[in-house]
Amino acid sequence: MSLTASAFDTLELKDVGRSFGGREALADLNLTIRAGEFIALLGPSGCGKSTALNCLAGLLPLTHGEILIDGKRIDVLPSEKRDFGMVFQNYALFPHLSVAKNVAFGLEVRGVAKAEIKRRVSEAIALVKLEEHAKKLPGQLSGGQQQRVAIARAVVLEPRIVLMDEPLSNLDAKLRLDMRTEIRRLHQSLGLTTVYVTHDQEEALSLADRLVVLREGRVQQIGTPTELHNNPANWHVADFMGYRNLLDMELTEVSGSEARVSGHGLSLAATLAQPAKPGDTVRMAMRPHDLNVVNDHTVTTGRNVFTATVGVVEYQGREFAVEVTTSTGQRLFVHAETAPRVGEEVTLVLDPARALVYQQNLDAGVSEEEREHQELAEVGS
Amino acid sequence: MTAITETHRPNLPKGTSTASRAHRLAERGVDTKLLMLLPAIVFALVLFVYPFSYGIGLTFQPLPEIQDKFGGGIFANYVAFFKDPFIFDSVWITMRLALPVALFNVIVSIPIAFKLRHKFRGKRFMSTLLVLPITLGTVLTAQGLLIFAGRQGWLNRFLMETGIISSPLPLVNNYLGVVFSLVISGFPFAYLLISSYLSGIDPSLEAAAKTLGANWKQRFTKVTLPLLAPGLATTFILTFVLAFSVFPSARLVGDPLGGTRVMALMAYRSFAEQINYSMASTIAIMMGVVELIVIAIVLLGRSFLYKGSTGGKG
Amino acid sequence: MSSHTAQHDAAATEVVNIAENRNRGKLPPGEKPLVASPGTWFVWAGVAVFFIFLFGIISSVVVDSFGKGWFTTWLPQEFTVSWYQSAWTRFDLTHILGVTLVVAFVVVVVSILVGVPAAYMLARRNFPLKRLVMVLFLLPILIPPITFGIPLATVMYNFGLGRTLIAVILVNLVPSIPFVIITMTPFIEQINPSIENAARMCGASMRQVFVRVLTPLLIPGILAAGILILVRTVGMFELTFLVSGPQSDTLVVAIYRAMTSAGGSEARALVSSMGVIYTAMMLIILIIALRFINPTQLVAQVKESRED
Repeated sequence: MSLTASAFDTLELKDVGRSFGGREALADLNLTIRAGEFIALLGPSGCGKSTALNCLAGLLPLTHGEILIDGKRIDVLPSEKRDFGMVFQNYALFPHLSVAKNVAFGLEVRGVAKAEIKRRVSEAIALVKLEEHAKKLPGQLSGGQQQRVAIARAVVLEPRIVLMDEPLSNLDAKLRLDMRTEIRRLHQSLGLTTVYVTHDQEEALSLADRLVVLREGRVQQIGTPTELHNNPANWHVADFMGYRNLLDMELTEVSGSEARVSGHGLSLAATLAQPAKPGDTVRMAMRPHDLNVVNDHTVTTGRNVFTATVGVVEYQGREFAVEVTTSTGQRLFVHAETAPRVGEEVTLVLDPARALVYQQNLDAGVSEEEREHQELAEVGS
Repeated sequence: MTAITETHRPNLPKGTSTASRAHRLAERGVDTKLLMLLPAIVFALVLFVYPFSYGIGLTFQPLPEIQDKFGGGIFANYVAFFKDPFIFDSVWITMRLALPVALFNVIVSIPIAFKLRHKFRGKRFMSTLLVLPITLGTVLTAQGLLIFAGRQGWLNRFLMETGIISSPLPLVNNYLGVVFSLVISGFPFAYLLISSYLSGIDPSLEAAAKTLGANWKQRFTKVTLPLLAPGLATTFILTFVLAFSVFPSARLVGDPLGGTRVMALMAYRSFAEQINYSMASTIAIMMGVVELIVIAIVLLGRSFLYKGSTGGKG
Repeated sequence: MSSHTAQHDAAATEVVNIAENRNRGKLPPGEKPLVASPGTWFVWAGVAVFFIFLFGIISSVVVDSFGKGWFTTWLPQEFTVSWYQSAWTRFDLTHILGVTLVVAFVVVVVSILVGVPAAYMLARRNFPLKRLVMVLFLLPILIPPITFGIPLATVMYNFGLGRTLIAVILVNLVPSIPFVIITMTPFIEQINPSIENAARMCGASMRQVFVRVLTPLLIPGILAAGILILVRTVGMFELTFLVSGPQSDTLVVAIYRAMTSAGGSEARALVSSMGVIYTAMMLIILIIALRFINPTQLVAQVKESRED
């Protein structure tokens, strides 16, 4: 394979921001990407992740900040001069050109010699296993095949960075899994620096080396999949990372990072994930997997054991996702090894280390400085 | 319901459809709802097909004086059409007007549609102004041109007073006058069509070309133009049809006995002034034939172009 | 407060940066240069010339219609409304305008009633000979009006319909019905057929589907097509001219006759005043129309650009 890794060391985004007519779609994005990294921008729709990608691609001008490659500004370059490859959400394949011609497009506009175009195009097409379809028009291909053409078209140029804008969102579930593996395999074999935009946390966790979680145009957390999965920075990130149970409780005791919270008829031991003081109303986040139904009735007492009534049971292959209702009517999503009966009262055990306590205010986690501001404001009001 | 019960009959020979006749017809799209098409078809047959065939029949019943003058028996009208230079030249005269005007309208509309495709303030206002000439109609445009661009008109007066010219330019009552009038009525039409074709092209295609390293010239020639080309051909045909059937402006701002003696004018002259219905029909039908030949050539060229989806909603 | 100041500073440096880039001829992408390119100049110049002609034409006619003794000066010697009065009585404009509106209205209603169901069938169904039917509806639009107008007029005169209002209406229907069909078919095609299926699954009969579901969805298309037909019919000269007579002339034809009448045409200002009346009528129609539709929507639904 002659496709080679990107020829730079770091790509730096400094205070990058973009507003549309006064509304900030993206603000203060600071990120340093090392060559060969796979970065995922993650967030719900409208969080600014596509804006960030388009700014990086040069399809949208920045309103703030700068983008540097090895210290050289590139945000002043038009997209065609940036040497980035991009895979669009709707693939954006040229409908009037054959698969081969689509892949050759970027090489042709660069004036690469005919023989070399031919060689590189057939390599790229082989890479995505579309040899039989090279002469077809995009309209004759299935969604997954079109997706692969779009990837081939982007990587054939050996771009410094590949940008992917929700490339799997138009595919069905099975194909999405296949293509996910395919993309990971390509990244591993070619070592292409990749920035990948998605709203699917599972996709982001499985693909990326590092994740950037965005909300309302602002970065919430940057970290490796494990960091994000185990230690979300605030309840929003936690919510996004699969902490399906969010309970507003009162913080009663704090010692170090250990905490005790009460509310909803429960008093539970938990772990502080953000600084807070006793008396604060806090938000506790728990994964269904850390809230287990125990059949062993010997553990009826002890820390963090309580009962609830089974509402809905979903089979998930080897295990069960269960919705239960506590005595005060609070619904919780929990996990069970064997199928409980609907209406049955079950005992639940919660690991205190996996019950994370966050401040309710989302902006609180952004910086020390701003928290002080907020506290002052709260005192004042 | 009948179809379901019938399929359960066991003793029918294999291969015979067991569905009822109504269902088999429905399968091919024939049922009572098709009657909704009927009124339109009746109108087309009575008001278009019948008179048209009648007209064709009429062309083979030439007046005796035409037969005497040109010979050819029942084909005398056609012989006259090709032999009489006063009539036959009108074919070239019409083409000389319609082809350049249609080409001009299409070619000038492309960059304008391109520049104006992004949102900007007053866009809707400008589109509205551009539709204005469509409502003026040929007769009024002719009257306005005669006054505005005539020898005493504001245009010549302005050019003379600023010293650009020394004597009035002959802008009306000739070929140029008709060209002006056709551009004024045809250009907005071409612009509107082309800009809507343009908006039907998915903008992410151009963004993709951009990220692949194509500069604006390459993006235009390799992506946008090929996708736009079928639309351009259609626009050309439609503006050509408008310009080809020019009649009032050729009479009013043109030179109806000379440079703008177009086919429509000749046909009307036979019809209303010479009361020679068969010759009038002949010229009229030949006019249709000439036009259809041009359209056929353009369509043939268009058939080589990519015509599928262009990604946009349009 | 400190963060706010920092932001202001950042914004200020950004402005400086942009200014510097501009001086160096390097612009951030998407940033518009201050000096337009030659292409832009060409476009604006072309548009400007077009509008100069357009406004020149319109205002010439308007000034002429109010002017007296306009020969070798920039403006007429005096202004008057007498041309309108004499045009009105001389050509019986009340009658002519009445004819014009009746013809236009009847043509619009009939072409929509006949054309929309046909367009629906063409959009939704495949049936034998469909292509032939399509060609049948396409030809009256493609073929020059004179080409079928002359045989059609001949037939009309043979049936004794010549110079009647009926004849004027009938000839105008020939291109109008196909026009409705051709414009409405793609419009109906873009309406998702599953909406109708959903209505039928909810128990609506075909007639109810049409009245309660399709019609509201089709209204924008019908309005657009109807307005175009109205404008076309009021402005249609060739076909009307071939079959109309003194009692059934529409306004355009009357103006044409006034401009070309044998034995020297009418006074120019008289024609101009009729022209202004015609334009005013069209403008009223247009203004009403534009309240309902966007001109570029007439041909296709517009996809807004990415940058919004």
